[in-house]
Amino acid sequence: MTRRAHVSGSIRRRLLLQLLGSAALLAAILFVTVLGFVRDVAEESHDSILFASATSIMDSVAVNAGEVSVDLPYAALSMLGNVSDDRVFYRVSRAGEVLTGYSDLPAGEATVRAGQPVFETLDYKGETIRMVTSSRRLSLNGAPTDIEVSVAQTQNGQAAILARLSRSALYLGIGFFVLSSALAIWSAQSSVRPLKSLAQAVSRRGPKDLRPVSRPVPSEMAPLVSSLNTFIDRLGVSLTRSEDFIAEAAHRVRTPLATVRTQAEITLRRVEKEENRGSLREMIRAIDETSRASGQLLDHAMVSFRTDSLERADIDLAELARELVERLRPVADLKDIDLHFDSSGTPRMSGDAILIQNAVRNILDNAIKYSPPERQVHIRVAGDGAQARVSIEDEAGGFGTTDTHALTERFVRGENTQGVVGSGLGLTIAREVAEAHGGTLTIETSKSGAGACVTLCFPSH
Amino acid sequence: MRFLLVEDNASLAKAILDRLRLDGHVVDHAPDVQSAEDFAATTDYDLILLDIMLPDGDGRTFLKQHRDRQIETPVIVLTARSEVSDRVGVLDLGADDYITKPFDFSELEARCRAVLRRRGGGSSNERRFGNLCFDPMAGTLSIGDQTISLRNKELRLLEVFLSAPDRIFSKAKLVDRLFSYEEDVSENAIEVYVGRLRKHLVGSGVEIATVRGLGYRMSLQ
Repeated sequence: MTRRAHVSGSIRRRLLLQLLGSAALLAAILFVTVLGFVRDVAEESHDSILFASATSIMDSVAVNAGEVSVDLPYAALSMLGNVSDDRVFYRVSRAGEVLTGYSDLPAGEATVRAGQPVFETLDYKGETIRMVTSSRRLSLNGAPTDIEVSVAQTQNGQAAILARLSRSALYLGIGFFVLSSALAIWSAQSSVRPLKSLAQAVSRRGPKDLRPVSRPVPSEMAPLVSSLNTFIDRLGVSLTRSEDFIAEAAHRVRTPLATVRTQAEITLRRVEKEENRGSLREMIRAIDETSRASGQLLDHAMVSFRTDSLERADIDLAELARELVERLRPVADLKDIDLHFDSSGTPRMSGDAILIQNAVRNILDNAIKYSPPERQVHIRVAGDGAQARVSIEDEAGGFGTTDTHALTERFVRGENTQGVVGSGLGLTIAREVAEAHGGTLTIETSKSGAGACVTLCFPSH
Repeated sequence: MRFLLVEDNASLAKAILDRLRLDGHVVDHAPDVQSAEDFAATTDYDLILLDIMLPDGDGRTFLKQHRDRQIETPVIVLTARSEVSDRVGVLDLGADDYITKPFDFSELEARCRAVLRRRGGGSSNERRFGNLCFDPMAGTLSIGDQTISLRNKELRLLEVFLSAPDRIFSKAKLVDRLFSYEEDVSENAIEVYVGRLRKHLVGSGVEIATVRGLGYRMSLQ
């Protein structure tokens, strides 16, 4: 009967996905930022070495006897070798005329002013080079002349460094993502935990536990819990009301029936005329049939309700059956039917005592009702630790050729029921109770062949 | 026997009173818990028949107070409820038995008899006729120093005859008294039980005579 909830998404999963998404985005931003920063720093430091080299070459440019002379200092180029094994190019020119160095080194696009070096990335001989060009104004033979010094270096080493650094940045980003993910999982789980523990507390409750939920919950869940409590409250009220209603309805129907039946019995004692007596008997039978049917319908409703949410307790099947036998003995006595009770082993089981009682009573009721007077009914209870069994054997003639399985269907009655008041619900109730407990109901012809043997069999645990 | 009937429905109460008086019992009727307590406090009853739904309270309240006051009078609850829901409650509160409305009076009698027998009372209700001494509670018949246990139908048949000695009971009437309305029995079935009872009565100075065309009559020889 329990309806599964309509599930759309999971808070935990949604939260987790959101947090993981944010972590991934942040990690990417971190990676890009660090990479850019590292690239800038690397370029800047390379530039400053290039510039230092250019400056040192520039410093070696001198005017000697009206000639510009360049005495290329060794250190100027070797300092570049410290950075990497990249090839170094240089050029010293005066007013567009190359004094020394690589004359085919491309000229920068920007115009160079004295004291303001220009850094450029260019292509040279199929390779990318970084080039600095600085200029200085010398006085040559009384006239100013511009000396330009360009120093360039290929970028392979630089690229390797950058690759290493970006790998580190990538590791940093991944590390950040992994750590954030772990935190995200933890936080998603911990924020769902109160919800989970509330759900467990509610689902662990017994079917009769209608106390309000009182465990402390986070403020966000308070409205949910208070609505839940309102619901529980209303359920309790409506259960009580429907139980009261059933009791009230039964009372309203059965009390007048009892009046009519009693009056009919009294009248039957007084009247002499055979046809009147016949009608009165018919009347009493109709009343019995009505009351029996209404009783069993109510019982059946109650049994269905209880089997939906089975309440289990430890039951001694022998004790339960013995009590029932004592309870029904006066009824059996009226027909001088002897009830023989016999138990062996340890017929213990776990189940709903009220349901089991109802099932056994229905079978025993049938046995007594359908037996001719002065017959025997045997009630045998047995248990072997794995199973608990109660079988009721009568001498009522058996069920004839009626399909024994069909007998446990609602409102189906056996062939021997002519003239006996009954509703056909008794065995249905017994079978439903057995099945709700994981047990079985079997109907067979008794060994002596004189009647039926109905057995209820329950697993012990 | 002396009964206290606690039942608020006037017409049902009247019917039960009439029915019990028909069998020669003395019955007081209390329509609510309050008067039931008053009756129970002032008179000794053999048995209390208690309805559960009463206008000024629950019959179970009465039951509980009754037991708390250590009153030993047996109580049979008359319930209109489903057996599944009500059973446990009333027996736990100290009712001796319960019966579901509407009930067969022979079942009620059988239950009263069973309850009283369990309680060990009853000899006060011994009936004597001729040489025989009949204890309906124990279901025994004594003739001189010989005691016979009667089967239920024999016992009830004897009860019927003893309720009005020298009166003629038709077979039809006896069938009504002896068999439940659920059973289809021919009137000849009565002959079997009369025959058995006659055997038991040998030597008691009491005889059951067949009155041709009318029925049976029990009288002193």
